[in-house]
Amino acid sequence: MSTIVEKILAKSSGKKEVSSGDFVTSNIDVVFAHDGTALLAIESMEELGIKKVFDPTKVVFFIDHAAPSPSPQISNIHVSLRKFAKQQGLKLFDIGSGICHQVLPEEGYVKPGNVVIGADSHSVTHGAFNAFATGVGSTDAALAMATGKLWFKVPETVKITVDGKLRNMVMSKDIVLQVLGAVKADGLTYEAVEYHGSCIDGLSVDGRMTIANMAVEMGAKACPMELNEKTESWLKNRIVSFEAIKSDKEAKYVRELYFDAGKLEPMVAAPSNVDNVKNVTEVEGLEVDQVFIGSCTNGRIEDIKVATKILEGKHVKVRCIVIPASRRLYLEALKDGYLQKLVSAGCTVGPPTCGPCIGAHMGLLGEEEIAVSTSNRNFTGRMGASTSKIFLASPATAAATALEGKITDPRKYGDVT
Amino acid sequence: MKITATCVKLGDHINTDLIISGKYKYRTQVISELTKFVFEDLDPKLRDRMAVGSVIVAGKNFGCGSSREQAPRVLKAAGVKAVIAESFARIFFRNSVNVGLPTVVASSKFIENVKDGDVLSIDLAEGRITDEKINLIDQIKPYPQFMLEIITEGGIADYYRKYKVFPWDKGLH
Repeated sequence: MSTIVEKILAKSSGKKEVSSGDFVTSNIDVVFAHDGTALLAIESMEELGIKKVFDPTKVVFFIDHAAPSPSPQISNIHVSLRKFAKQQGLKLFDIGSGICHQVLPEEGYVKPGNVVIGADSHSVTHGAFNAFATGVGSTDAALAMATGKLWFKVPETVKITVDGKLRNMVMSKDIVLQVLGAVKADGLTYEAVEYHGSCIDGLSVDGRMTIANMAVEMGAKACPMELNEKTESWLKNRIVSFEAIKSDKEAKYVRELYFDAGKLEPMVAAPSNVDNVKNVTEVEGLEVDQVFIGSCTNGRIEDIKVATKILEGKHVKVRCIVIPASRRLYLEALKDGYLQKLVSAGCTVGPPTCGPCIGAHMGLLGEEEIAVSTSNRNFTGRMGASTSKIFLASPATAAATALEGKITDPRKYGDVT
Repeated sequence: MKITATCVKLGDHINTDLIISGKYKYRTQVISELTKFVFEDLDPKLRDRMAVGSVIVAGKNFGCGSSREQAPRVLKAAGVKAVIAESFARIFFRNSVNVGLPTVVASSKFIENVKDGDVLSIDLAEGRITDEKINLIDQIKPYPQFMLEIITEGGIADYYRKYKVFPWDKGLH
């Protein structure tokens, strides 16, 4: 009678059954790191005195956080990563490939039932593909790279059910912001979360990734979701065979929460905590300086499409930076004409990268500036100056805001989702 | 393992961006260099106060946010001997074990009553923290044995170099 996380952690540690509270040592299916964390992981391997990665086909590097490099110092970090990857014979996705959380599943590295370890907190995103995926620091990444194993305490699981149909211009980002406002930033600490319900079953892969991505903002360890039809067919285009993991009907959940999708409205997380969640109407009219549409949370086609629908044939009033999350998505958005329309509307379209989300490059905020961002964190100084402020929102809200130069309820732009 | 140091009191939800901003973690990988920027967006003066050997006492969800291991490494390099909080974000907690920075979950009563500048002692093996000034003792949940062993050795790298085996290969308890 197990949850998804209990099943995956039992299988990966060679046990028949495990329950929450047990310590296990699991075999790792894939471990990855990026230009913000990989060098420290390489150094941690050196500290351990282990010279070779356990399996070069299961270790993946990304240059995505500050890519292309904005400074000689960062270029030197990139040089070290390329050198290590070449020495070890492991795959490195270089500048322009895209954000690790987008590229890893796109390239077929993530399978249902896998244990996926990333040296990045948003590694929980891969839960959208029915994996146990969690973020770790560089030393844990180094241990996984060196030995192919990592210890875990089996977490308790919280079940969140979202039934019904989202209203017009309300997106999966609004679901996850609503949940975040309800459970708070430490509401799921050390716990896993499973999302169920008719609304979740109907979501696109893009929308599911947005929801899993922000599980970490509530402190969750993992967000393994049961597969839906759309995700199954998405995976079948990328990997040969897989076996989906479902939770048992009698699985034990530590808590259950329920949301009615039909009642949800566009939301924002106001500065400077992710759980400072408000209805968009509470902050409507506030003038902003910049809008960012992108990141591992909301840099996918569904997001770019809704922004295009709102901005097509019009012109933005403030700086609006749009960054597709991967090269594949960039090409798709080009092919479908979205990027041309966005550039025509005055948006600045950047190459696939994390962009300004982590404050490394490509559109940092000056003193007192205010941004609306589709990313996942609005912490003080995250995107630039200490006195700048960030409102997190859906791509629809972000695009409507760019159009008016002030925080705007996207529902006034009608029938686009 | 016993620690005695001066309390630096902070609030709830101290995130890793506040500990060390993302914009600096790329500037240098040398941790001692990064200590210049520790808590810059919260209170730049904290750096000098921590340098003398300190214990951070904070509220809920300490270390939330990014997975950056620079956060506990910078704190340790800046003179922090341990962090006491009502709760910790999980990645920060794991990272702290790995780099040998003791973390202690204390009761909200203890945290409320402890004042900035109080001298605190922590006995990790016994699971006890004491504020000597106000004579307040809190019984804490001790680390599982394997984590205590890692912390006592100063982190997993030092542990492994000494014992040539990982604690989890001997069985977790």
